[in-house]
Amino acid sequence: MAEEILKVEHLNQFYGDWQALHDINFTLNRGEVLTLLGPSGSGKSTLLRCLNGLENYKSGTIYFEGKKVDPTEKNWQNIRQKIGMVFQSYDLFPNLTVMENILLAPRKVQKRSEVDVKQEATKLLKRVGLEKYVNAYPRELSGGQKQRIAIVRALAMHPEIMLFDEVTASLDPEMVRGILKIMSDLSEKDHMTMIIVTHEMSFAAKIADQVLFLEDGKILEDTPGKEFFTKPKTKRAQEFLDSMNF
Amino acid sequence: MAHSAINVFLEGNNISRIIGGLWTSVWIAAVSLVLGLALGTILGVLRTLPNKVIRFVLRLYLEFFRIVPTIVLLYLAYYILPRTFHVNWPASWMAVLAFTLWVAAEFSDIVRGAIESVPKSQRESGLALGLNKMQLFRYVLLPQAAKLELPATINLATRVIKTTSLLMMISIMDVVAVGQQIIEANNQQYPNAVFWVYGLIFILYFIIDYPLSAWSKRLTAKHSR
Repeated sequence: MAEEILKVEHLNQFYGDWQALHDINFTLNRGEVLTLLGPSGSGKSTLLRCLNGLENYKSGTIYFEGKKVDPTEKNWQNIRQKIGMVFQSYDLFPNLTVMENILLAPRKVQKRSEVDVKQEATKLLKRVGLEKYVNAYPRELSGGQKQRIAIVRALAMHPEIMLFDEVTASLDPEMVRGILKIMSDLSEKDHMTMIIVTHEMSFAAKIADQVLFLEDGKILEDTPGKEFFTKPKTKRAQEFLDSMNF
Repeated sequence: MAHSAINVFLEGNNISRIIGGLWTSVWIAAVSLVLGLALGTILGVLRTLPNKVIRFVLRLYLEFFRIVPTIVLLYLAYYILPRTFHVNWPASWMAVLAFTLWVAAEFSDIVRGAIESVPKSQRESGLALGLNKMQLFRYVLLPQAAKLELPATINLATRVIKTTSLLMMISIMDVVAVGQQIIEANNQQYPNAVFWVYGLIFILYFIIDYPLSAWSKRLTAKHSR
């Protein structure tokens, strides 16, 4: 029996008068990969950012691990320790070395011992092939390397869910493959629960257990992954897939 | 002959008095800077928070200290505080108080500007890791802001050092006050002492301020590249 880790009910978000998200409803099971697809400006990133409280949504309810989320800043600080996020622009802290970037939150937020976290960080760095860069500063790394460090930094917090917001969008095509491989491994080997916003269609088709197709802030389709890419339910989704040359 | 007036420095302990006066100026500037930068950092952080009341009050504070001439601040501290509030500190500590509040006001604006120019995504990636506000400022925003603040801060420091020349107005024996005493005391014997004494004071201020100013210029050039 699949365990429900995240449930969203009637989520709405406004910017001024403009409604960015319309009545969003979905559930996600532990260990599954949910992919958010849709044209630019359809609300994918906004939705993702609502899930860890970076956006203050106007109305609606989020349940995390069966508990209703009380959307106060204090409470989000706790939840963000369990919901990791990786951004398109990497956003490593330029004033800290690679190791310091990784240690910061586990040490200061979770108060874990330095020896433990360092050991784990080294293991994770090895896994993404960057163990020799522990003392480097972000400015010395390429985009792809920075993004791998950003993933390691999020993983070091032992998240229950990982959010990926177009993490390959500003990378060289050669770098993209490496990042996607790390994400596939996370799903297959670690059974990490993930929510991914991406424009990499063949990757999405391979990894998605479930697809939400959004347009103008509405969910047009909530379809199992395999089905979405072979026979989408809506005409709009078919057109979208065609436009992406899929 | 004019240049023979240089011998005024050999009279009595004139040189060591001038150096002593310079030390008074320098320690008042240094203590004011240390206290003012610390207070200014806190105020600058508060000015980036969403609370409108705090922001308004701190803005008023900044404008007051920016608009009112420093000499007036010194008079306020020196004459009003003892009389009205019965604060009886030595004049030099009154000066430190006035200078500290001035530095804090100016620095709060530098800090606010620097924090606001750290990319918004840095704040978000910190929050996404579960950092609280304090941790976000302490480990992410302030260290990055410090780099942006440096040229303007050095500039502020040179202004503070220069402005210590006003200290004589509240009867502190700073380097300028000592210089004037020497000139007056030696008026008969060395009528041209004024040139040499102020010349030396000029050189002393220059030696302290020029390296700071050059450093700030270099940093500014580096940033704009």
